[in-house]
Amino acid sequence: MSSGFSAGRDGSVIAQFEAAEVSLLRSLVSMLLGLVSPGETSDDPLERALGIGAAQAPTDPVLARLFPSAYEDEKEATEFRRYTEATLRDGKRADARTVLETARSGRADLTPEQAQAWLRSLNDVRLTLGTKLDVTEEVHDEIATMSEDDPRYPAYVTYDWLTYLQDSLVRALW
Amino acid sequence: MTIVWNDPVNLMSYVTYVFQTVFGYTKEKAEKLMLDVHQKGKAVVSSGTREEMERDVQILHSYGLWATVQPDSVK
Repeated sequence: MSSGFSAGRDGSVIAQFEAAEVSLLRSLVSMLLGLVSPGETSDDPLERALGIGAAQAPTDPVLARLFPSAYEDEKEATEFRRYTEATLRDGKRADARTVLETARSGRADLTPEQAQAWLRSLNDVRLTLGTKLDVTEEVHDEIATMSEDDPRYPAYVTYDWLTYLQDSLVRALW
Repeated sequence: MTIVWNDPVNLMSYVTYVFQTVFGYTKEKAEKLMLDVHQKGKAVVSSGTREEMERDVQILHSYGLWATVQPDSVK
């Protein structure tokens, strides 16, 4: 059986991976966890209890893509971010940890909730790599014509593999 | 209104699936919205009160979609 996902019973999903693929997935998801620090909340105890945190939009392009501004108006975007970004960060970290806890070589049975965490986390990793590589929608065709000696080749092939995996997971969930 | 913007990373299948899951839309409606995002650069995916839009945007951000709230007064 080739690697990827297939539909199980009652909304569950069967994941199938080789050992080398699991180790690559683990390193990519660990990178994501390193990038997305825990939601920082304010020093004010009441604000902390309410999950109110940082207000500044990230300057790093990857973090800016993972945590986009919700409003074009800067003031409204800042206010929204203060109330939501810490929760969003914690959610992305929880998803990544679910992948690290359930990724194994051979067959793994994922509950519907675990499959959703995989879906979001695989996408976060693709957003991270895709932003770093500055990919276009034609990335799959670009790889076909890219020399294997090109220094970008390994990262592009990894990105393409994640794209295949994510599409396979969407189809298993449908 | 909740707007979703096109980006080169999110897959067409994934975006369709997220619209179905988050909003409970039929596959046909979700696919049409996904194609609007893909071809026109953006689409209005839901509308309602400000609180509802902000909740939608927050969920869409958790799925990695590039979503924004557009206040109705701004044309």
